[in-house]
Amino acid sequence: MGIEVEGLVREFKNGPRAVDGIDLRVEAGEIYGFLGPNGAGKSTTVLMLTTLLLPTAGTARVAGFDIVSEGPRVRASIGAALQEAALDPLLSGREHMRLQTALHGLPKGERAERGQELLERVGLAQAADRKVGGYSGGMKRRLDLALALVHRPRILFLDEPTTGLDIQSRTALWDEVARLAAEDGVTVFLTTQYLEEADTLAARVGIIDHGHIVAEGTPAELKAEIGRPTVEAVPQDAGERERLAAVLERFGPGAGAAPGGAAARLEGGEAELAEVVRALDSEGIAIERLQLHAPSLDDVFLAKTGRSLEGAEEEVEEAEEAAGEAVGSA
Amino acid sequence: MSGALRTQVGQLARRSVLRTLRQPAQIVPALIFPLFLLAVNSGGLKDTTNLPGFPTDSYLTFALAVPFMQGALFSVMNAGTDLARDIETGFLNRLALTPLRGAALLSGLLAGAVVLGLVQAITYLTVGLVAGAELAAGVGGAFVIVGLSVLITVGFGSVGLFAALRTGSGEAVQSLFPVFFVFLFLSSMALPLELLQTDWFHAIASVNPVSYLLQAFRSLLIEGWNAADLALGFGIGIAVLVLGMAAASAALKTRLVRT
Repeated sequence: MGIEVEGLVREFKNGPRAVDGIDLRVEAGEIYGFLGPNGAGKSTTVLMLTTLLLPTAGTARVAGFDIVSEGPRVRASIGAALQEAALDPLLSGREHMRLQTALHGLPKGERAERGQELLERVGLAQAADRKVGGYSGGMKRRLDLALALVHRPRILFLDEPTTGLDIQSRTALWDEVARLAAEDGVTVFLTTQYLEEADTLAARVGIIDHGHIVAEGTPAELKAEIGRPTVEAVPQDAGERERLAAVLERFGPGAGAAPGGAAARLEGGEAELAEVVRALDSEGIAIERLQLHAPSLDDVFLAKTGRSLEGAEEEVEEAEEAAGEAVGSA
Repeated sequence: MSGALRTQVGQLARRSVLRTLRQPAQIVPALIFPLFLLAVNSGGLKDTTNLPGFPTDSYLTFALAVPFMQGALFSVMNAGTDLARDIETGFLNRLALTPLRGAALLSGLLAGAVVLGLVQAITYLTVGLVAGAELAAGVGGAFVIVGLSVLITVGFGSVGLFAALRTGSGEAVQSLFPVFFVFLFLSSMALPLELLQTDWFHAIASVNPVSYLLQAFRSLLIEGWNAADLALGFGIGIAVLVLGMAAASAALKTRLVRT
């Protein structure tokens, strides 16, 4: 049993619908990536599925149990590492383990052993007796993950587990999450705003924007559905950039490019690349570099929402700032 | 108490005590500030003992009751701020995802206040006696003073928990501190009730429960054993604890909205 969600809604008082009628299904043992910009509704969904927030409407079953009427059974089946690594800076890693294993009701004789096993698994055995206040961001995230696993949950919720981590810590966490799903059969519901994370880890991806799921499928399916590669070129003469962009836009809408270059999404797909080269040649534009990019999840997001994922985040931040100013001036 | 509940209370109490002991910034001001005020007041107001009807010729003995109340006020801030921090950092959500019971959470959190209350009471009493204060009730009275002090500290700590659960903000909890201090100043802190001459002040101090908590300590320090004063002091302490815990439990239900 994985996760089944039907028409889930969460409406906040005097606010918009943070989650606006989403449907999704996550199979047991699957890693499901829930991708979207800040403020899209990812964390609100996780809070409802982990029984920490009541839905306004709709139903959801997690591990076969209803999230509203069977909360304790849901919580017994899940582990969760929520958006902020919720740790006590004054306790050590081992003391966190001791507390968590006891609160989850592990027999007294098993607690120390289980704690040590998980600390070793996430690479914190050496730092186990240090206060968490001195841990790095990556160490805190790994401890957070270990704490979510103490009672051997069947389903794991990870809410933006790698936000703010360096590449090395991020990769280490990805490896552990992949191992959990592959070797232990744990179902993973992972929210992220990183395209690469969803692409690398998730068997299936749901893209959420403004509380709606706008696309769902395997990363390959979603990209294939968009099917438009991007051609990017850098002229030998920097002064030719404008003319280059004009030529490329004959083949499709402009896209983000490296500094000094221009790019366009090819409406006609890869087959148009030869035409692009001929057009540039006939215009006499000498090219230093020409690249064809396969469609990315950002392209999927753009196609479904009309904005790129990065642009959407800026838009949310601007809206939040505007809201803050409005409150401040009220 | 079931085994699971006992384990939960025990583990959260252990955490609370560790947190308290690892934060000197919580312990030191709670010890130093009331003793500093005791030194200033007992030095500056010692001539007050010449007033007709003043119950003792040692103002230090009279004033020694006050640090126990001030220490209890620190417990409001410490217990409340710790819980508010748990709410702000999401640690409470982590606890909410376990089979934790609300009663265990509140009891465990107050364990730190018990430890702080014990350390405070023993320190105030020891320093006071070394400085020359009297203890009319003897050794047994010392135990009762420590017990009453811990009761009041825990009772006021439960009010801090309520404030934290209601507001979810450490700053809001800390803003309560001056309010509680006003209660202390509008009591029989500096003079016995019967010697307060200003009508409005006397009226407020007479209905202020803090006056009767102070009187319970003073009865042991100055008179010996006064059953009526002790019953009133312990009664008020228990009432504060019961009301504080009831309010905190209700606020916890709202804060912990898990299904």
